[in-house]
Amino acid sequence: MRAASPGLRAAVILVALVLVAPTLVVIPMSFTAGTTFSFPPDDWSLRWYREFVTDPAWRTAIFNSLRIAVAVAALSVVLGTAAAIGLVRATFRGTTVLRALLLSPMTVPNIVTAIAVYVLFLRWQLNGTYLGFVLAHTAVALPFVVISVSSSLQGFDRRLETAASSLGASPWTVFRRITLPLVLPGVLSGAVFAFVTSFDEVVIALFLQSPTLTTLPVQMYKSVTLEIDPTIAAASSVVVVVVSLLILLPQLRAARRLVKENPA
Amino acid sequence: MPPRPARRHVPRVLLFLPALALLAVAFGLPLLQIVLRSFTDPDVGLTNYTAMLDDGITTTVILRTLRVAVTVVVLALLLAYPYAYVMSIASPAGRAVLTTLVLLPFWTSLMARNFAWLLLMQDGGPIQRFFSLFGLDVVLLGTTVGVTVAMTQVLLPFMVLPLYSSMQQIDRRLLQAAQSLGAKPRTAFRKIYLPLSAPGVVAGCTLVFILSLGFYITPALLGSSQQSLVAQLLAIRTTALLDFAGAGALGTVLLVITGLVLAVIGRFARPASSLAAATGGVK
Repeated sequence: MRAASPGLRAAVILVALVLVAPTLVVIPMSFTAGTTFSFPPDDWSLRWYREFVTDPAWRTAIFNSLRIAVAVAALSVVLGTAAAIGLVRATFRGTTVLRALLLSPMTVPNIVTAIAVYVLFLRWQLNGTYLGFVLAHTAVALPFVVISVSSSLQGFDRRLETAASSLGASPWTVFRRITLPLVLPGVLSGAVFAFVTSFDEVVIALFLQSPTLTTLPVQMYKSVTLEIDPTIAAASSVVVVVVSLLILLPQLRAARRLVKENPA
Repeated sequence: MPPRPARRHVPRVLLFLPALALLAVAFGLPLLQIVLRSFTDPDVGLTNYTAMLDDGITTTVILRTLRVAVTVVVLALLLAYPYAYVMSIASPAGRAVLTTLVLLPFWTSLMARNFAWLLLMQDGGPIQRFFSLFGLDVVLLGTTVGVTVAMTQVLLPFMVLPLYSSMQQIDRRLLQAAQSLGAKPRTAFRKIYLPLSAPGVVAGCTLVFILSLGFYITPALLGSSQQSLVAQLLAIRTTALLDFAGAGALGTVLLVITGLVLAVIGRFARPASSLAAATGGVK
């Protein structure tokens, strides 16, 4: 590594703090004994964690978010993988247009998608329904699956498939035994992306939600805007810690391996 | 052309159809109907658009949103460029650390991060207390400045990742070549590195600009209705006023601005793909 100058080093440390530090205030906040957002708290307790796991509104919200995100991950993986394979294999013209169409939900401002879906789903009576949430979230999650699967398809040696089928494998067997294992990393990271996109999605959810169907981010939003409910601090802390662990563990393992391989 | 296998393929159209059908139902048709509605409700024509120009609020809000978006882009670029640069020259271990620090906020709940800013900016909160040590009375909550600060932080990963993904591809031997030919390191950086990193700059700026234009949660939580941004106006027109045609017109304007930006930028970079490359490459 070429040493970065002291100024550059300082800038990087500053930006790293800007990236990570602000969010961490939710953790001390979550241990408050008080019923306001007054920070730092005067007294400490675990009451908001208890509230988070026992209060029916929060429990239902968590459960709803999970069951919606699981369905979104499954649906977008199936549709997205098929489309990505189609895109890479397509021999006809117009694949650029198709690709742009498939990725378009990424480039339309979320709020516009949200109001558009809200207005049409109102007419179709899909607002506040499980199906409505799954459909709308799958549309925004799909591009991530298409991208991650198509990038894992690049550099895919198609002669492997030809070889398998020339040895008598049926198309389905070829897909199951050759194609799928090779694109699996892309499919899995697409699934994770889709799950997180739905689990964390709040703008569309705010419009589609109803008193009977609320997701975790919507419940968090309400706990700030409609009421002052410090349970959101516990909810945020849980999410921050879980996400950090999920990202840190593989990174740490990779880092340790690198350090071992190149000592000094 | 690679040799075609003898077996019958699944007709290729069938591979796209399910995805396209879902997008049509949950994305395409909704957008289409709201755009159409803005031109036809209550009667065919540009009524909704002229009303928007005349109401004295919408244009102010659009201009304010553009101003905020540009400020966010500039601030994010200034913060992200040195960070991404060091990411691209760091040792593998150092790079892993810096990458993790970008991915943490990238993956962390948007609501949690905005809530954190609410805590920091609230009346009597840490930020106010910090500045009062210097005798300054700083009010960020409910102001455009506060919204801009929080949006910059929330969107920062979307600037760092495309920048890093394009800087990673720069051949650093070009810098050595320039220096061996007598260029000062600074000159080499300015004449060689900066232009070569331009695609990443364009991609990151576009992405952050577009995301800023339609950003809802941060202004809704930290801003005020007196100084609202386009997204808040859209939300109010839709759910509170039930003015679907008016909201459709405003939404269409936002779509057109986004489309124009992408069309111009599309010649130089593909923001979505480069973000995908960045996140896919470092996961």
